[in-house]
Amino acid sequence: MQAFTYHRPTDLTEVVKILADCEDPKLLAGGMTLLPTLKQRLAAPSDLIDLARIQNLHGICEDKSEIVIGAMTCHADVAASALVRAFCPALADLAGQIGDPAVRHRGTIGGSVANADPAADYPAAVLGLNAIIETNQRRIKADDFFTDLFETALEPGEIITALRFPRPHKAQYQKFRHPASGYAVVGVMVAQFAGATRLAITGAGPNAFRPAALEEALTRSFTAKALEGLQLDPDELLSDMHASAAYRAHVALVLAQRAVGLIA
Amino acid sequence: MNITLTVNGQTLTRDVAPYLLLADFLRDELRLTGTHVGCDTTQCGCCIIHLNEKAVKSCTMLAVQADGAQLTTIEGLARADGTLHPVQEAFRDHHGLQCGFCTPGMVMMGADIVRRLPGADEETIRHQLEGNICRCTGYQGIVEAIMDASSQAKAS
Ligand SMILES: Cc1cc2nc3c(=O)[nH]c(=O)nc-3n(C[C@H](O)[C@H](O)[C@H](O)COP(=O)(O)OP(=O)(O)OC[C@H]3O[C@@H](n4cnc5c(N)ncnc54)[C@H](O)[C@@H]3O)c2cc1C
Ligand code: FES
Ligand code: FES
Repeated sequence: MQAFTYHRPTDLTEVVKILADCEDPKLLAGGMTLLPTLKQRLAAPSDLIDLARIQNLHGICEDKSEIVIGAMTCHADVAASALVRAFCPALADLAGQIGDPAVRHRGTIGGSVANADPAADYPAAVLGLNAIIETNQRRIKADDFFTDLFETALEPGEIITALRFPRPHKAQYQKFRHPASGYAVVGVMVAQFAGATRLAITGAGPNAFRPAALEEALTRSFTAKALEGLQLDPDELLSDMHASAAYRAHVALVLAQRAVGLIA
Repeated sequence: MNITLTVNGQTLTRDVAPYLLLADFLRDELRLTGTHVGCDTTQCGCCIIHLNEKAVKSCTMLAVQADGAQLTTIEGLARADGTLHPVQEAFRDHHGLQCGFCTPGMVMMGADIVRRLPGADEETIRHQLEGNICRCTGYQGIVEAIMDASSQAKAS
């Protein structure tokens, strides 16, 4: 790892100031992605700004009809939260399937969403559950957030402060887990809201996405059968040593049907 | 940078470089070499310690991030009078180790599992061990040991 200056601010104003003053700063959340990246020397920031001591980035609360999860809340806390479980069990289940228990004790929802790994689990929840990404500057709709491979709508220096989830009528997350890494080869979140069904897929494409044809079919008839005969276009999906695009397209449809079957 | 932390009940202050990993701090600075580094890539779990009573991989934390924290390493798991932790005892009873390289991490993760999930069944324990790799045992003795300690924790 290359040398860097370490900062540990206690409020966001300080973070913004440090960001502005440094040559090549990086925010540090749980470090579960960033520290391995630094060890491999794939990044060499001049400064690390640790968000751990900023109190209002931690914790989970209910706000009117939404649940608000602070960016620095770790996966284990989301998985174990009685509030999240009562509000949307699928979200707690998803958090409990990330990596392993030690990773879940450190990795955070804000870090995962900001990183936008194509195989990460949270993007399926954020998009499928129609969450709002709150930053120190604005609120971003999930539909506008994930833009490409590891790319998001965040501007340089913009900090995610919280994720805001509306309450679905019912939801289910189904994941085909990579047996070694734990990441999603494919993950599908299906959520029923008043009048509409949302379906988000992670792992399969360069970023999490909502296939319109599948959602329309489910909005017409919320049954696993309604998805029969539909297809995702493999040309738009990822192919790698773990799975071909055609395989991912097939698995996504199977997982979607399973999720619907568990709800319907 | 100066950090003050409590390791196995002892509070100490040290001056460390920001890029020093917690695992290296424990092994090289404090000479607590029970914490092993098997992969250095967050996969194997040999470096697991308890940070504020939660299992974490010390190869993927900076020492400076542990400033102010309470740490327990494998050296501090048994009681001061030498009485083994129930998970350590169970590893002995169930032959939960061969070469012993993964064992500190397995025991620290096992203790974390037993604390969080007393009475956990075999399937749960196998899933909970997804971040710990053993090249020798085939896991059977490890899983049996943690199951035993976990059912004892539930009974008590
Ligand atoms: C062994 C292992 C297995 C894993 N398995 C899975 C898995 O199955 N599924 C899965 O989804 N993930 C998995 N992960 C990734 C894990 O969930 C990470 O915790 C997560 O991707 C990054 O979160 P972090 O808090 O560790 O962020 P960090 O590593 O600290 O940061 C990641 C990036 O986000 C930026 N960032 C962090 N916080 C903010 C913020 N608030 N605002 C703006 N930018 C920010 C950082 O600058 C950095 O670029 C795994 C990781 C490991 C090591
Ligand atoms: S050495 Fe830390 S996980 Fe392998
Ligand atoms: S006992 Fe040898 S690696 Fe587990």
